[in-house]
Amino acid sequence: MSAAALGGRARGLFLALFAPVLFLIFWHYSTTGRAFSLIPPPLEVGKQLWDLAFGGVWNDLYSGTLLEHAFASVSRVYGGFLLAAACALPLGMLIGRVPLVRASLDPTLQLMRPIPVTAWLPLAMIVFGIGPTSAFFLVFLGAFYPILVNTIFGVRNVEPRLFEAAVMLGVSPSALFWKVVLPASLPSIFTGLRLGLGFAWVVIVVGEMTGVQTGLGAIIMEARQLSRTEIVISGMITIGLLGYLSDYAVQLIGKRLLRWSPQHG
Amino acid sequence: MAEPLNILDITHVTKRFDFQGKQIVALQDASLTIRKGEFVCLIGPSGCGKSTLLRMIGGFETVSEGRLDMWSKQIGKPGPDRGMVFQDYGLFPWLTVAKNVGFGPAARGRPSAEVADTTKRFVDMVGLTRFAEAYPHQLSGGMKQRVAIARVLANEAEVVLMDEPFGALDAMTRENLQTELLEIWERTKLTVIFVTHAIEEAILMADRIVVMSSGPGRIVADERVDIARPRDPTSPEFNALRRRFSAMLGSHH
Repeated sequence: MSAAALGGRARGLFLALFAPVLFLIFWHYSTTGRAFSLIPPPLEVGKQLWDLAFGGVWNDLYSGTLLEHAFASVSRVYGGFLLAAACALPLGMLIGRVPLVRASLDPTLQLMRPIPVTAWLPLAMIVFGIGPTSAFFLVFLGAFYPILVNTIFGVRNVEPRLFEAAVMLGVSPSALFWKVVLPASLPSIFTGLRLGLGFAWVVIVVGEMTGVQTGLGAIIMEARQLSRTEIVISGMITIGLLGYLSDYAVQLIGKRLLRWSPQHG
Repeated sequence: MAEPLNILDITHVTKRFDFQGKQIVALQDASLTIRKGEFVCLIGPSGCGKSTLLRMIGGFETVSEGRLDMWSKQIGKPGPDRGMVFQDYGLFPWLTVAKNVGFGPAARGRPSAEVADTTKRFVDMVGLTRFAEAYPHQLSGGMKQRVAIARVLANEAEVVLMDEPFGALDAMTRENLQTELLEIWERTKLTVIFVTHAIEEAILMADRIVVMSSGPGRIVADERVDIARPRDPTSPEFNALRRRFSAMLGSHH
């Protein structure tokens, strides 16, 4: 790497860190040493986060439990997401390519789409009871629509010219789906998967606030009732980091898979 | 009536479209016979039906009246024997240059060693050896059109249909591609039907120029170009022809 490129990277890193460092300083000076601050100072939160992750500071009920809660949330997020993808991808392709399926399913799905995922929560609790199944269902629902909508959009918006080119070169009509439709709609499908996964992370917290024993959403809610605000913030930070890492991983996969696309490669 | 070397017989072909409830005649009673190995240019103003005729030969449009035959057999759906080069390239953006060129043979189930051979031969022929692993979005317009040409050649097309293939390119690139296409044509002895609205391009390339007119679209003239190749656009005979076709096509050319 050249010196200029290195300088560019250092500059990028500096600019990226500028705002959060400024925020930390502001947070520190507006909370430290104030007896009745509702928000704990950053150092307290840092200490708590360490204790949650590794224990050895407070040695209470929460010490060293972070991994367990994070694992519970991650498995629900990916479980719900994968199930949503398994349903939404084939369904979206059928709705996009088969007029009969589109005519019979699309209006219903479009009518249900404006219902916010959170509005499903009470119904989910009635049907699935209070527990992880409701959270799992909400994650599924949250990821389902972005994947579905983008898949439909992708398979419906294949450039007609590409079909002409493919038939002219000798592709049989039955092979058009695999040879043209699927690769052409991959960028859009990928956008759907990425949005769906992001949404899954948003919804998991709401899902876990309903009497689930484990999970990051669960400890955030429980800690609020116990006035352990440091734990609330520690949980938030963990969710943010996990969501970021998960999106980063998805983007890396996308860059490899969509090298050919000027928007992704 | 049909000579053995007639590859395409276009007999009293009419094409009508439905447009907002009304019937539009895109092409009226066109008849044309094209011999194997001929380089034919279809020229005319927009709306003269030249692209429609080309797309009917390609099998992309149905014929309303009349007959279209290739080797005395009626033309149906699009197929590898009639390779089309589109003005907007129509390359598969998710495939590399090499994979685009090998797409046809691979789709038709040729053995992979043969596909690789064919691909290399035609990528080399259009001068894109160094770009074999590039994706279409990384190429210039001229390079993309080279890929599109190599793609139909690699697929063993007998007739190459070209719909204003160089219309979107800058003047310099267009000249280079015209020369290259002529070289390839002379080497392969393919039959080329080339749609254009540029008189000079037609005179430079064609054995025969078919002049078309609009309202409704029809064939008004069919002339041989008897200038020896390579042709010099500044020569008196070239200019004489240019004036003749300009007059035929109206003063705006």
